[in-house]
Amino acid sequence: MIRPVMNTTVWFWAIMLAAGTVVACGAGAWAYQLWYGIGVSGKRWPSFWALYLTNFVFWIGISHAGTLISAILRLVNAGWRRPVTRVAEVITVFALMIGAMFPIIHLGRPWLAFWLFPYPSDREIWPNFRSPLAWDFFAINTYLTGSVLFLLLPMIPDFALIRDKATGWRKKVYGSLALGWRGTTKQWNRLESAMQIMAIAILPVAVSVHTIVSFDFSMANVPMWHSTIFGPYFVAGAIFSGIAALIIAMAALRKALHLEQYLLPLHFENLGKLLLLMSILWGYFVFNERLTVWYGNEHHEMAVFWATQRGEYAPFYWTMVICNFVLPIALLSNPYTRNIIGCVVASLGVVVGMWLERFLIVVPSLSYKALPYSWGTYTPTPVELMIMAATFAAMILLYALFAKLVPIIAIWEMKAGDFVQAPRSGVGAGDPHRIAAAAEPSSPGAAS
Amino acid sequence: MAYRWGMAVDIDKCTGCEACVVACHAENNIPTVSAQQASRGRAMHWIRVERYYEGNFPDVKVKFRPVLCQQCDNAPCEAVCPTYAAHHNEDGLNAQVYNRCIGTRYCANACTYNVRFFNFFNPEWPKPLHLQLNPDVSVREVGVMEKCTFCVQRIKAAKTAAKAENKTVADGTLQPACAQACPTSAIVFGDLNDPNSRVARLATSPRGSKLLEDLGAEPKITYLAKQPWHEQDSY
Repeated sequence: MIRPVMNTTVWFWAIMLAAGTVVACGAGAWAYQLWYGIGVSGKRWPSFWALYLTNFVFWIGISHAGTLISAILRLVNAGWRRPVTRVAEVITVFALMIGAMFPIIHLGRPWLAFWLFPYPSDREIWPNFRSPLAWDFFAINTYLTGSVLFLLLPMIPDFALIRDKATGWRKKVYGSLALGWRGTTKQWNRLESAMQIMAIAILPVAVSVHTIVSFDFSMANVPMWHSTIFGPYFVAGAIFSGIAALIIAMAALRKALHLEQYLLPLHFENLGKLLLLMSILWGYFVFNERLTVWYGNEHHEMAVFWATQRGEYAPFYWTMVICNFVLPIALLSNPYTRNIIGCVVASLGVVVGMWLERFLIVVPSLSYKALPYSWGTYTPTPVELMIMAATFAAMILLYALFAKLVPIIAIWEMKAGDFVQAPRSGVGAGDPHRIAAAAEPSSPGAAS
Repeated sequence: MAYRWGMAVDIDKCTGCEACVVACHAENNIPTVSAQQASRGRAMHWIRVERYYEGNFPDVKVKFRPVLCQQCDNAPCEAVCPTYAAHHNEDGLNAQVYNRCIGTRYCANACTYNVRFFNFFNPEWPKPLHLQLNPDVSVREVGVMEKCTFCVQRIKAAKTAAKAENKTVADGTLQPACAQACPTSAIVFGDLNDPNSRVARLATSPRGSKLLEDLGAEPKITYLAKQPWHEQDSY
């Protein structure tokens, strides 16, 4: 499992080069936008928010892959989670970093974004705490801090393992990353309780983050934004797209790093079932949202409703329904197609569908606000599309880099799992001391 | 007593000539955009004349409605601004501090009336319009929101002049550029806190209504029009 850390293949450099080129082009597009102004994007009166905010919501949604899922699986002590957790937690951290970029890219004057920080300035002005954007700022920063900790904590023993196996510069680098880990019982106990605390703490944070993202929309009195369902609807959608991203990442890693013996069909099957559940839940939310709007028949909302149902946005809407509902249910409710390929195909559909869902939330409502005179249709420009493509490339780039530098499967957790599955008689299977002994990466004498 | 500036617009008097739009551009240094940019939704008109058509050709009636910032008492744009660029000032105006705006454009989304405009590019004026900028009004840079201010520079000047004489601003002595330019005097501006001002009397007229009043923003502009149920009366 630590082979990719020790050896570098040609494929790694190929991915770095390809993804790096796209990211560089995206950076160029952003520089172009910074120089000339937001006008180089397709944003207009009245569609002042469009593709950037779509991607913001989308990536924050993807970020619910990890921390939330791995925290739940950790808390319910699902044994099969062990090879999956780190794959998921990394998605969270990188997706959050990418997602949090978008509100800044989207600003008219991004060089002043620091005014959202509550810092003591001589003008004695704080951010406006009544604004959902200020809530966003705190929610996302809390979640990012929490998920980075959640990712880093269980990496410490694996850093120690590499430190003990490596020579030269790697030994030095990983030695300092291991923070003096020696694998003592005390250290294991502390790690276990820290992970337990983080798993419990991260759950409400993750739920609140996407609820607050939904508040950006539902707090404003805009047709089909101003809805009480948005909080849970966004959280469900986020977990939905997060699981899909996790399945895709697992399949890619399994192929690229030859992890067939760790990432088993069982893992895809279980995540596939979760995806199926979320697909049904998502469909339930959309049905609720649409039915109440249609039945209520309020004319401002109906303009948006018909634009998405059978107007200019209808192709996106029906593609979304097929990708998010029809396809996953068809593939995943059938045990014969709930295999690795079936799960990956359904997940790709869900990622596309969830992106369209975010787009359909952000854009049509602004195009059809209350005064018919001010209706207008948004079309993206190449600059926006380039920046969007660059963020997907950035995800691949960061992910490949991470999988290269850190064992993508938590080695000590796998060892602990082996031990739990084959307990010796008379001893509690979950005894942390025994797990510690079994998974100990180094003898105390060898360290430092 | 504090001022509370308000407006009444008589849409029965409006001819749709758009003199108010031109006057507003000239007074407030509002940039002009190319035809191509205008077709992409980048035109900035702090006041616009909305046209609504009734009936089918050739029997068509056109209704004009000048729409500008309604200076709402319960303004949706103000709460959502994360930097207090949009805020309520002591005269009840929805003030916009350009230098404080970072361009989240949230205010424009929250605004029910779509009367907020964004500087998608740095401002430009075709020659020789660049020589007639109003020195009392700041020019806005790329990336900030702007909107109708009720000609706050004129309000400031009138208040200062009145204060120097220890008086209050007399009704009718102060008007924004749109009201001044209107050939049919369809636009009336004044202090709603002064019960004898023309605008305060028009605000309670039975011909009056507020734009999208049911959405609860409490706009300070009253639109006057003959209502169907007034057929017998002569207001």
